[in-house]
Amino acid sequence: MSAPEYIVRNVLWHNQAMDLLVDQGTIQGLVPVEQGKEITPQSHAKDGHGVWLFPSLIDAHVHLREPGQEYKETIASGLHAALGGGFGQVMCMANTDPVNDRAQITEYILDTALRAYPHGPRIRPVGALTKGLAGKELAPMAELAAVGCVALSNDGMPVGDNDLFRRAMEYASDLGLKIIDHCEDPALSGHGVMNEGVVSGRLGLKGSPTVAESLQVARDILLSEYLHIPIHLAHISCKESVDLILFAKEKGIQVTAETCAHYLLWDETMLEGYNTLAKVHPPLRTREDVLALRHAVQQGVIDILVTDHAPHADFEKETTLDEAPNGISGLDTALSLYASLVEKKVITQDDIVTRCALRPAEIFHLPVNTFTPGDRADFVLFDPKIRWEVTPSSLLSKGKNTPCMGMNLQGKVSAHYLEGKLVYSTDTK
Amino acid sequence: MQWNHKDLLTISQLNREEIGYIFKIADRFDEVNMRPVKKVPVLKGKSVVLFFAEASTRTKTSFDIAGKRLSADTFSLTKTGSSLQKGETLKDTALTLQAMRPDAIVLRHWSSGAADFLAKRLHCSVINAGDGRHAHPSQALLDGFTLRSVWGEDFTGKTVLILGDIAHSRVARSDVQLLTMLGAKVRMCAPRTLLPCGMRTWPVTVYEHLATACKGVDAIICLRLQLERQKAGLLPDLREYAMTYGLDFSHLQQASPDVKIMHPGPINRGVEISSALADASNSLVLNQVASGVAVRMAILYLHMTRETAEER
Repeated sequence: MSAPEYIVRNVLWHNQAMDLLVDQGTIQGLVPVEQGKEITPQSHAKDGHGVWLFPSLIDAHVHLREPGQEYKETIASGLHAALGGGFGQVMCMANTDPVNDRAQITEYILDTALRAYPHGPRIRPVGALTKGLAGKELAPMAELAAVGCVALSNDGMPVGDNDLFRRAMEYASDLGLKIIDHCEDPALSGHGVMNEGVVSGRLGLKGSPTVAESLQVARDILLSEYLHIPIHLAHISCKESVDLILFAKEKGIQVTAETCAHYLLWDETMLEGYNTLAKVHPPLRTREDVLALRHAVQQGVIDILVTDHAPHADFEKETTLDEAPNGISGLDTALSLYASLVEKKVITQDDIVTRCALRPAEIFHLPVNTFTPGDRADFVLFDPKIRWEVTPSSLLSKGKNTPCMGMNLQGKVSAHYLEGKLVYSTDTK
Repeated sequence: MQWNHKDLLTISQLNREEIGYIFKIADRFDEVNMRPVKKVPVLKGKSVVLFFAEASTRTKTSFDIAGKRLSADTFSLTKTGSSLQKGETLKDTALTLQAMRPDAIVLRHWSSGAADFLAKRLHCSVINAGDGRHAHPSQALLDGFTLRSVWGEDFTGKTVLILGDIAHSRVARSDVQLLTMLGAKVRMCAPRTLLPCGMRTWPVTVYEHLATACKGVDAIICLRLQLERQKAGLLPDLREYAMTYGLDFSHLQQASPDVKIMHPGPINRGVEISSALADASNSLVLNQVASGVAVRMAILYLHMTRETAEER
């Protein structure tokens, strides 16, 4: 074995200090430090003492707002936030304006991303399931697949018509594309602005009940079983959904599921004082739901963690809860929040690797760095010692709408490498 | 007593002593309202904006009269014809109003939390005249003031039934807070589709049947049934509602002999309350309206003179 181009020494991987050997944009090896210290790199060695090593992560659920709502986020600003957040691949949802329901829009998204960040992060578009997300007619799925959509979803506009949804599953399955379903019964959910419960009753706000979600989870599971077609369930927020997914998995039904950091950390009491930054859909639920979701992530009932990055302009959130849009900007803070869950012993560093890289790659057939020699050297150095304050200027996304605003978070990406090249570091920003 | 609140947003921000103080001031203005010349100069030179983004007749008129009787200049802004209809955000409308330097803004808005939102951003006093389903503190205060004129300061031992569409009612939410603070026990009665969620945490007892709910009560507050609830599928029709939850004389036989009947208005006669009962001698509906002016005078006075608030 020839000497690697460079070495990152002493990084933490599976709780062990390791040396990462990188050569010509690929992984040459990830070896114990005793073995690594014998090796002299051609170019340089970087000290990674106390720093966590991750493969470049995958976020399977983001909204990048371009085309159409560039005042909230652009593909470039979203990808910048992804880079700084440790994400090397992001799957962007189709609810742009115009909707990503045809090849031109998908191509526009891919081209714009490539122009902004030629070396990545890579964008993986999710095509619309129905034309215009209207839930009436199937979108041209073959056309979307041909130009690079990696999945299909009606995210944000749940499909109420069960027969149409069944046909969509069948048609998509022929193309090998997975459907990501935003599980929500639109009628039951009504115009709810937060979880239906004690807090909504007291604040006098229209609530969205958990059964609006779990009913659609049940529908999707039953359709998946009946049709023998896999399905992926988006942003699971409540205990009842977790119970159903566990039931389905035990029966061998091909269902996978995701949740977000906000559902693992916060509950409906965040809405007290009419805090629009905590307005998100599905809404933050109760403490009991938070604990059920944590357990589900630990047990693998929930397969992956996503951000559901939903940037909005400040002025849109600066209004009443009825009028403020749903969504939390998540790319900048996700990994720090996951690390806080490691700190709370809810998950481990390994879980982050599995739930934010390996498993999403498996579900959506995406490439991923497993640190096997020959893998693309896409990796992240996360420094758990960096303490940072969430301020509008510390976020790279244009969306400053996060309940973390003003909080101090522990741990931050200190460097992000794609194809072995340093593409982001806290020094250069 | 020094008044330290910039805004009046909910009843829960007040303590019992402060509520008693509002009533005491309202007593004096009640007396002013009996005079042939119903005007005092205490708010001369001050201005009050009545910002009613949602339709209202009695609350708006009541605040308007209250302001004028205190010699304040009152200005009215409604949703129709205002910039809110032209897509201006609540924040921008509020900041625009503030730039005109009013001393108080009385806000009625369809969104729960709207008054809270404005109060956080404006220097002037914000008086919540009803926000969504959340709170209607001046209504609760006038209800309390009306009952106090019958029961005295302490409501201990009294039981009040709130009847009707509680889920959508800001009046019910504020009344529960005020009545329990004054020592009364509160019951609620409505079909489950018109009850708010999470009521198990409220300091109330819920009754399904009107007849049982009325047993031994000292006052009944009927709530207006919004006619659109039927369209929203919350009840079959008004006829059935009137039959099962409409209050009439037959229910009063079980109640305390001195039971008082109240309604925040406007009344749907023959729906939530029988027409005859609305006009009966134990009905306090018009006393509530009269109390409303005095209580709102007290509210405006206390909040708009708070740096110098002393007993006159």
